[in-house]
Amino acid sequence: MKVAAASLRAARFDALGLRRALSGLMVPLLVAAMTFLAALALGGWIGSIALASQWRDGAGAALTVQVPQPAEAAAHGGGSRIDAVSAVLTATPGVGAVHVLSADELSDLLRPWLGVGAERLAVPLPAVVAVQLTGGQATGGRPDLGPLAHRLEDAAPGTLLEDHGMWIDRLSYLAFSLQACALLALALVSAVAAAAIAVATRAGLAARREAIEIVHGLGATDGFIAGRFAHRAMVLAGGGGAIGALAALPVLLALAVLAAPFTGSVHGIVSISDALSALPPALWGGVAILPAAAAAIGFATAQGTVRRWLRRLP
Amino acid sequence: MVRFESVGLRYGRAGGKDAAPEVLRDISFALPEGAFCWLRGPSGAGKTSLLRLMYLAVLPTSGRLTLLGTDVGRSPRRVLPGLRRRIGVVFQDFRLLPHLSVFENVALPLRLAGRPDAQVRADVTELLRWVGLARKLHTPPYELSGGEQQRVAIARAVIARPNLLLADEPTGNLDEAQADRLMVLLRELNRLGTTVIVATHNDAMVERYPAAALRLDHGRLVHEA
Repeated sequence: MKVAAASLRAARFDALGLRRALSGLMVPLLVAAMTFLAALALGGWIGSIALASQWRDGAGAALTVQVPQPAEAAAHGGGSRIDAVSAVLTATPGVGAVHVLSADELSDLLRPWLGVGAERLAVPLPAVVAVQLTGGQATGGRPDLGPLAHRLEDAAPGTLLEDHGMWIDRLSYLAFSLQACALLALALVSAVAAAAIAVATRAGLAARREAIEIVHGLGATDGFIAGRFAHRAMVLAGGGGAIGALAALPVLLALAVLAAPFTGSVHGIVSISDALSALPPALWGGVAILPAAAAAIGFATAQGTVRRWLRRLP
Repeated sequence: MVRFESVGLRYGRAGGKDAAPEVLRDISFALPEGAFCWLRGPSGAGKTSLLRLMYLAVLPTSGRLTLLGTDVGRSPRRVLPGLRRRIGVVFQDFRLLPHLSVFENVALPLRLAGRPDAQVRADVTELLRWVGLARKLHTPPYELSGGEQQRVAIARAVIARPNLLLADEPTGNLDEAQADRLMVLLRELNRLGTTVIVATHNDAMVERYPAAALRLDHGRLVHEA
């Protein structure tokens, strides 16, 4: 009698027989594939945000100053042009480190273009000064370099000040485009998942048409019938989403490990925990949310599809 | 209780040159609460369509239909499910859900009404015992005989104590003894206050259980008695 009582419970009650009408692997597998792609797109989105901020902080905090004929006398005072430029830079507020590249460093820099022994060519080389800006100026937007350029020109005419701004702008545009593409990809896979769920729901409606009409005739509300379908679609899509997110995790980890040297987040992957921490927390959160998002898409799509279909009944 | 005022019904689109013909025309009658009424007429006269209007499977295309105090044509769609739950129907083809057990088929109206589990179990078990199906609670309907299926259909129609009970040719699949048993049950429900309307072309049955009758012919009400 215990068994009989248990089988009379409402928990096992499947009024529309949806466990059979909405079954099979089609929806879970499609949603798993879409979630896998969504996880990759999410990785691309969050990764490009991290790279963009990395570039901005690194390159945006540096200036390069070129001083032609560095050894000649400065316009004012008794020192050389390069000494005068260094003095002006050091005295400028917001400037952290001033480093005049040595002859070796300069030839290292030029070797790819001029080959070994650039100094033996009769090419007059400018001195190159690498300037590191302090945090305040690096993060508070790009500093106004106009006055500094004027003072450098005054100390050593012909001095060039380059702030990498153009490159940062270009990289920012690139990163922004990557983010837009990733968001577009997310929107597309969501739409494809919703379409697959809508098709499966319509097939379920067709298969259970008679049962739906009977239950409707017995006084079931649209909300009851749509709720049954939505619950079923939510379970299938959520399960598929979990499978897809789990499958994407190793791929994302591998990509994060490969990207780690560029983002500077980890300086060498030696252990599993290093690899796990290579994945940004935002991406962990995003991947964890994906199955829930898939379930929500399943629920909402089935609700909408069934409610629209039910409007044909009085 | 049930009031038809010049009700017309056509299936498919109204108007236009390919409009479907009216299956019911200018139907007017009123039944008081607690009435027992036969619905008679030859096959194709519109009995089933009239019942379909009364259990809200279709809405009138013209005229005014008032059921249990609600003007169904002028009510928003969301009030109709509540109205349907107060109307029990025994279909000619039973319309049981094949994927549910006998118990679950009969429990369905109570579940839809949101009754607590314990009450559902008690009421359904009691009613199925009363119609002689206590040993078939977990059987799927397709394993039952025609008479047993009909008893399940009747149990489902009355489990939620409807105000209005409609039956479409309920004795069509029954032998005479079973049909009499069913009529006793319907009269008993009627005595307890349920309005009962039974569509039939079984003249012998009507003679054995005399009551008010509506007679349809070619979609028109030809006799009200």
